[in-house]
This record gives sequence, structure tokens and C-alpha cells, in this order.
Amino acid sequence: MRFFLHADGRREGLGVSVPGGTAFVPVIAAGGPRFARLLPAKGWLFYVAAALVLFVAFPVLNLAVPPGNVLHLSDYTVTLIGKIMCYAIVALAMDLIWGYTGILSLGHGVFFALGGYAMGMYLMRSIGHEGVYQSDLPDFMVFLDWKAYPWYWSFTDHFWFAALLVVLVPGLLAFVFGYFAFRSRIKGVYFSIITQAMTYAFMLLFFRNDTGFGGNNGFTDFKRILGFSVTAPQTRMALFVLTGAALLGFLLLGRWIVTSKLGRVLTAIRDAETRVMFSGYNPLYFKLFIWTLSAVICGIAGALYVPQVGIINPSEMSPANSIEIAIWTAVGGRGTLFGPVLGAALVNLGKSWFTQVLPEYWLFLLGLLFILVTLFLPRGVAGLLRAARRRTL
Amino acid sequence: MNAIVSREGWDDAGAASGVRVLTSGVDTSHKGILYLDAISVSFDGFKALNALSLLIDDGELRCVIGPNGAGKTTMMDVITGKTRPDTGTAFFGQTIDLTRFTEAEIATAGIGRKFQKPTVFEQHTVFENLELAQKCDKRVWPTLGARLDSGARDRIGATMETIKLVPEASRPAGLLSHGQKQWLEIGMLLMQEPQLLLLDEPVAGMTDDESMRSAELFLSLAGKYTLIVVEHDMEFVKRIAQKVTVLHEGSVLAEGTMDQIQQNEQVIEVFLGR
Repeated sequence: MRFFLHADGRREGLGVSVPGGTAFVPVIAAGGPRFARLLPAKGWLFYVAAALVLFVAFPVLNLAVPPGNVLHLSDYTVTLIGKIMCYAIVALAMDLIWGYTGILSLGHGVFFALGGYAMGMYLMRSIGHEGVYQSDLPDFMVFLDWKAYPWYWSFTDHFWFAALLVVLVPGLLAFVFGYFAFRSRIKGVYFSIITQAMTYAFMLLFFRNDTGFGGNNGFTDFKRILGFSVTAPQTRMALFVLTGAALLGFLLLGRWIVTSKLGRVLTAIRDAETRVMFSGYNPLYFKLFIWTLSAVICGIAGALYVPQVGIINPSEMSPANSIEIAIWTAVGGRGTLFGPVLGAALVNLGKSWFTQVLPEYWLFLLGLLFILVTLFLPRGVAGLLRAARRRTL
Repeated sequence: MNAIVSREGWDDAGAASGVRVLTSGVDTSHKGILYLDAISVSFDGFKALNALSLLIDDGELRCVIGPNGAGKTTMMDVITGKTRPDTGTAFFGQTIDLTRFTEAEIATAGIGRKFQKPTVFEQHTVFENLELAQKCDKRVWPTLGARLDSGARDRIGATMETIKLVPEASRPAGLLSHGQKQWLEIGMLLMQEPQLLLLDEPVAGMTDDESMRSAELFLSLAGKYTLIVVEHDMEFVKRIAQKVTVLHEGSVLAEGTMDQIQQNEQVIEVFLGR
């Protein structure tokens, strides 16, 4: 029998019969560049459609169509969807570490918040003299009677430097934390607990006024970003489009990683870590790689979130927030890249509706949702959709 | 804990001659491939290994038998770096001091291990399992950019022939039968191109036919590789045994051919009870 064999072991059709040759014909050469093969044809179609909606339909409906028109998209909707896309990026990052590598982090909120704070520092400095006290310093520093910026605020008046911090701060924290945790072979629920403790510790630290990040009020009242007013519809739309591009970009990056051999090693670590070790891979560095990448992605999502929402405060680091991230991912479907994006969207749309109707019951509903999904939908909504599609085919 | 830890007896000249450098191959110039000398391991006071000494020659097929708790699995843990001995030395070839390397480094150096309970990557296909096990640069960046060349594809194909799983190439390993999983794990070891194979109860749960075929496979591998087989199934041991080592209470009780072992008074006593 002769057949093509894909890298993932899928067999396809009948191969060329080579006299005396092997049954395994390399198909890579026939498949075009790897980038094009990241998604199936239908997947690319869907992808391009999503890009058109985000980059063409939304800007036109929001900016070009006048407010009275039925087709007009309100600023509220744009901000809401922009915010949800930031959450979707976080859920995607969570899925790389939890869904694919089997490491449940209950502290991802801290990376998101740190990215947000790094961007927030730049936004605070761009306020200039337009604060309440019209001082060189942000209002909260004036209030604390500080005379100058603390050293760690250096260079944050440059956008590029803040952008660097957005990547470096969460990345470095994750790298150091991950190195020690993974080297000590802390696994499973123990790892989840220490990540939860980490985000809690950071929340307490940021709540202090002396820490120099505005205490429990955090940063707010931003005026402009790169010289553009943060409240202008055009700026908001630019941030929205940027967020959309980041989401689509990270989806592709995630796809590239999980379909690579490294991706297969990550899943192998999730399923049988000892076998991975005895096969000659050191799981420490593989975990550290995906963990740090996941944290950096969260940081970037946080940086995109803050200018759109207009506020960042330590409550983003609360343990409940990080647990919520895990719930988005579980609801959407672990181990599928599209699932968590869907999960983040569904849960947050549900949240913005439900918190208007019955705000005090939202946490109960969220908990119930998590239990139900774990019990009855282990593959999440994405698994449900996949099963439904299989039935109709 | 990668640092060189000073141990009892390690400061003696000669005893601490191990290097933390992986040479390009295993130095078997003195015929032996594995040297265990006076290895002791205790867990909370229980002596799992008690001054165990064992010498395995290059290309040998050695069977290790012994009652439950004799220390067979602990011995494998020491050889593969999972457990560090309290005292004693473990050398792979002339130069590689096994007590100084991590599991992954030891695997890369050329020791493959099959577990008692078959452990394969259940969500991956048979093909992918073999692909992951394949000998290559297993650091993070090379793995991220790794592409399968036709040589690798051929080697995977050849291994699938050996373990008779060609028709299952694209099936997830989790769907294989117990015996097939055992074979897949052996196939994964072969892909690592090891020099020493440790097989912990490789035919447990296999049908007679499967275990017969395993015996043939192991006999064909001996010579090319060095094999240490830990097994409870005496029929199987008789079929493949060249030299047998009997472990009891953490040390070697007897060593010899199957016939010699079966006539050994002490062995009879241990196995049949007093």
C-alpha cells in the first residue's frame, strides 16, 4: 500500500509508486509554504472574512454612517467589542498554557494588569499639565506630596519605552517565576495555587499608595495617546483595529506554534510528562517558553485594553479575575484556538447583559456555568460545535 | 539541582572521576556498558536498594527477576536519573556518571526506558509518537523549527514495520490495544537510537501470540543494542534469557544462566517461600 503521510500522521490518497521506494512520500514539498498551510482553505476564508468585518465594516459603520442611521455602530458597541477582543487574546494565551500544555494558571490577570500598568504610565505622563493640580506630576503623586517621579517611572514619557515595558515586565516576571516553579517540578493544583497567591500578592502591593502606581484608584483620566485624543472616535477606532489585528495575529501565531513539533511536545507534556523526559526533552524549558510567551501576550492585551477602557486599577489583579480567565477558556473549549476566543466573547457579552439585570447574582451564575461546562461540556462550546457539524455531515 | 553535589565517599581519589560532560558516544572499550557499584537507596528508612552491584556487558540481553519489592524498578530509576542513590556509583560506559545527569540528558546519552504501565502520548497518532521520540536536537528552538525530512520519514516507516503498526500510523495512540501500546513504546525507544534499553515488564498484558512476537523482537535486538528486561513472566524469561540476575531485598541474590538460577537453593527459597 502506498500513501502520502502528513507530518501529523494523516494519510492522504495514494502516493506515487516509486520502484523499490518507500511507502512514505514527503508531502511537504507539495503543500506550499508552511504559512499557507497553517489553516485549511475554509479556515483562511473565515479568517479573511473576520479581517474584513473588523478592518472595513466596523470602521465604516462607526465613522462613516451617521449616528441616526439604523446601520450606525455606536461608540459604546465599539468599545465593548474592543474590550472583549482584549479578553479573547488573554483567553487565547491561557489556552496555550492550559489547554495545550496542561498547566492551569490562576494568576494570568497579573500579566494582563502589568501590561496595562506599563501602558498606563505612558498615558499618565501624556496628560501633561491638564490634571486637576496642573502639575508636572500625576494627580495622585501631588496628592501624596511627592516632588519627583520615582526612578521606575524613568523614560515612561516615551511611547516606545512603555511599549518595551509592556512586553518585558510580564515576560520577565513569568520567566523568573516559571523557572523556579518548573525547576522545582511544581505541578497541577499546587502550581495553580501559587499563581493565585502571586496575583494576590501583586494586588496588595499595587493597592498601597507608596508603591507609586496610584493605589486603589490606579490610573485614569487619560487625555491622549501619541498626541491623539483618547476620546476621539477616530482614536478609538484605531485602537479597535489594532486590537483586532493583534487578536488575528496571535491566532495565527498560536496556530503556528501548536502545529509545530514544539506544539506536539507541549501536548505530550500535558499527557505524559515522564515519557517526554525519558524521550530526551527537558520539559522545564518547553514549559518556560510557552509560559513566558503566554504572559507576554497577556501583557500586550492589557496594554491595548487600558486606553480603550480608560482605567487600570489593582482590582484587575484580584484572584477572581484570573479565575474568570480560566472560565472563558473552559467555556470556549480548551485545546482549540478558536474556542477560547468564542468563550471570552460569550461569557463577557453575557456578563454585560446580566450585570445590568441582576448584578448581585453574576458570580453565582459564573460559578454555575463553570461547573456545568466542566461536567457536561469538557470540550467547551467549540467541542459542541464540532460535534454538531460532524452530525450534519 | 544540576550542581555537582558532594556525596559520601565522593572525595576519595578515583571514586569521583565522573565528568559532567557528555562525550560524543558511550565508551564501551572495556566491554561493559553499565556499571552499578554498591548502590544504596532508602526511602524513609526502607532500603529499596542495598549495596547493589551489577555489571552489564555491551550487547548483552540480561533478564532481571525478583519478587515484588526486590528493588527492580528502583534500580531502573537510578539508572535513568529519576532517583539519586544515597551511596554508590553508576556509570554508563567508562566515562558517563549517571548520578550527575537529568533524565533528559541520560536519555540523550543513549539509555531508553520502557515503563511497566505503557506510557505513550495518547492524543498523538502512532506516527507522531515515533516522530517525537526520534533522535534529534531536542532543545526548544530547534524543536520549534523542526521539519520532517524524508530520511526521518523512512526511519519512522521502518520502525512501524518493526513494531507492526503500519496500518495504525494515523490512529491516536490512545485507541491502540494494550499490547500495541507496549509495542509502540518499544518503537519509540528504538527511534531514540539508544545503546541501552531498559524494559520494565514489556509483555505484561500481552496475549501469548503477542508475547511470542515480542520475544522474537528482543532476541533480534540483542547484539545491536544492550537490553535489560525486568519480567515476572517466567515462561517469557526462559524463552529469551541468556543471563539472568535475581534481585532480592535490594541486592543481587544470584546470577547465571536460567538453568543455574533454577537450581540455586537460595533462589528457590525466596521464590517458593520457606
